[in-house]
Amino acid sequence: MAVVSDKVNVSNMQAVRRRTFPAFDQGFRWASYGSALIVLSVLAGIIGTMVYGGWPAFREFGFGFITSSAWNVGKDEYGAWVAVSGTVTSALIALVIGVPISIGIAIFLTQLCPPWLRRPVSTVIELLAAVPSIIYGMWGLFVFAPLFAKYVQVPLTSIVEGMPILGTILYARVPSGVGMMTAGIILAIMIIPFIASITRDILDQIPTVLRESAYGIGCTTWEVVRYVLLPQAGVSIIGAVMLGLGRALGETMAVTFVIGNANRLSLSLFDPSSTIASRIANEFNEASGMQMNALLALGCILFVVTFIVLALARLLISRVKTH
Amino acid sequence: MDTAVYNHAGAATPPSWGRVRRSRYFADRALKIISTLFTVLGAFVLGWILLMLLVEGIGGLSPAVFTETTPGPGTEGGGIANAIVGSLILTLLGILVATPIGVLAGTYLAEYGKTSKLAAVIRFVNDILLAAPSILIGLFVYMLMVEPMGGYSGWAGGIALAIIAVPVIVRSTEDMLRLVPGSLREAGAALGAPMSTVIVKISWKAARAGMVTGVILATARIAGETAPLLFTALNNNFWFSPNLMGGVSNLPVTIYQFALAPYQNWRELAWAGALIITLSILALSIVARLLLKKDQVR
Repeated sequence: MAVVSDKVNVSNMQAVRRRTFPAFDQGFRWASYGSALIVLSVLAGIIGTMVYGGWPAFREFGFGFITSSAWNVGKDEYGAWVAVSGTVTSALIALVIGVPISIGIAIFLTQLCPPWLRRPVSTVIELLAAVPSIIYGMWGLFVFAPLFAKYVQVPLTSIVEGMPILGTILYARVPSGVGMMTAGIILAIMIIPFIASITRDILDQIPTVLRESAYGIGCTTWEVVRYVLLPQAGVSIIGAVMLGLGRALGETMAVTFVIGNANRLSLSLFDPSSTIASRIANEFNEASGMQMNALLALGCILFVVTFIVLALARLLISRVKTH
Repeated sequence: MDTAVYNHAGAATPPSWGRVRRSRYFADRALKIISTLFTVLGAFVLGWILLMLLVEGIGGLSPAVFTETTPGPGTEGGGIANAIVGSLILTLLGILVATPIGVLAGTYLAEYGKTSKLAAVIRFVNDILLAAPSILIGLFVYMLMVEPMGGYSGWAGGIALAIIAVPVIVRSTEDMLRLVPGSLREAGAALGAPMSTVIVKISWKAARAGMVTGVILATARIAGETAPLLFTALNNNFWFSPNLMGGVSNLPVTIYQFALAPYQNWRELAWAGALIITLSILALSIVARLLLKKDQVR
């Protein structure tokens, strides 16, 4: 009895499906296809907007837009160099500080950490990425900058004063704690969770046999890391670093708080400066005419640079995954 | 590859019987101590930030924070009720727009596109969007919506947040759907179910916890975003109009403006807001993690 009624049910359902599902099935397929295309068109839209909006500035100032360091709203003269060099310098400082720390954290998590501690420590490091960037900005400006000025800038400035190169790079005219170096340090903290968690995953993927055989012939942890794990991980760690670089280049709010938003070129890392993102955040709402076009052109430059960096990152990370 | 590594290791450790050479011992010790210290440093910074928020923020927390609107310049007292509600609305709007698009696009990648060229391109583009500077998304939406519509609006803010949330959801949806064993789908297909039914009733069901986690993480990501709202939803000191036109007050931009202001009560409100927003986001992130962990255990 039961079997028969089941059969009836199934055939009934199939009849129902045959009547209603082809349309839904097709619709569902097109909806997913369409959604995927939306993702594509958003990126195309961002590129298009930046090029369209920035075009008048590029046309007006030509290639000199990138190399000129003028930014004069009154005279309507704009150049990207201060912002571009500020963006690159702050991101490089972030990498110099952030990469060793990130790799150290990844090594701790994969090699040294007792198993019960692994999950909580991983979570704590990943939560660093969840903290909104504006909070980093407030911490940087109100907590870190005063301490940095008092305990690093003032003593360091008195030491390096008069020295040939260091005297320029590390000289703080006004030791307020705000400036390029502080921005770089805050950026370093912000990119650590990204680089650390990807590096951790990369190290985890390396076959345990390799590690164990190295330990088996008497290698120390340092030797295992240096001669087995890092060569094996190879370029994908560079990929992780590139991803961090991409984040650092485009970070806005935290940098806007601590970089000082000055528009002049300075060789000192302790002087206020600005980045592309911080300049857009500061000026865009009040901008009109050519200033707006210049800001969009800055956005265009930022987009191209981050696109290249992120594309490289993806290439380097995925190559290792597949082999 | 393997032999190369073996040679490296061999060359690095010439046979030295008996005691470990001091230099090797010190290098090893240094690595262990330094990487442990770096990890402690990371945890310390998180703790420091949270402590700062608690110390500065708790003093500013009062019932008025949740009931009164943001004060004007030079006005005493006030709260951030309009900013909190505005933020909730913008985040909700963003996630409501992003979830269907993100889930469907992720489904396309995992179930339809798979290894096709288009899928590879979309995966690539999605990864770029995932890390693209959020301020550029603000500029894009400004040009796309604010300028043509003739003014700032909550809609533009919601769309800007949605654009940030979509890649997060696409990525997590695809990753989770890929973990669903192919045999489950084949079983469904063998019963005569059309592809859409297999996806909705089998793949989505099996990957549900992971997909929900993705949406929660996307919510946490956009809840604290400031940069894309600067040029889209803007901010003001009033309750926004019900049609969300003409600027919607929101927590991140309020914090940004108030933290740098010369008024004492503005600063206190900024700290209170910072505490509220950070604790909510960290709570969301932890909930998402627990959800995924529970699913894995099961």
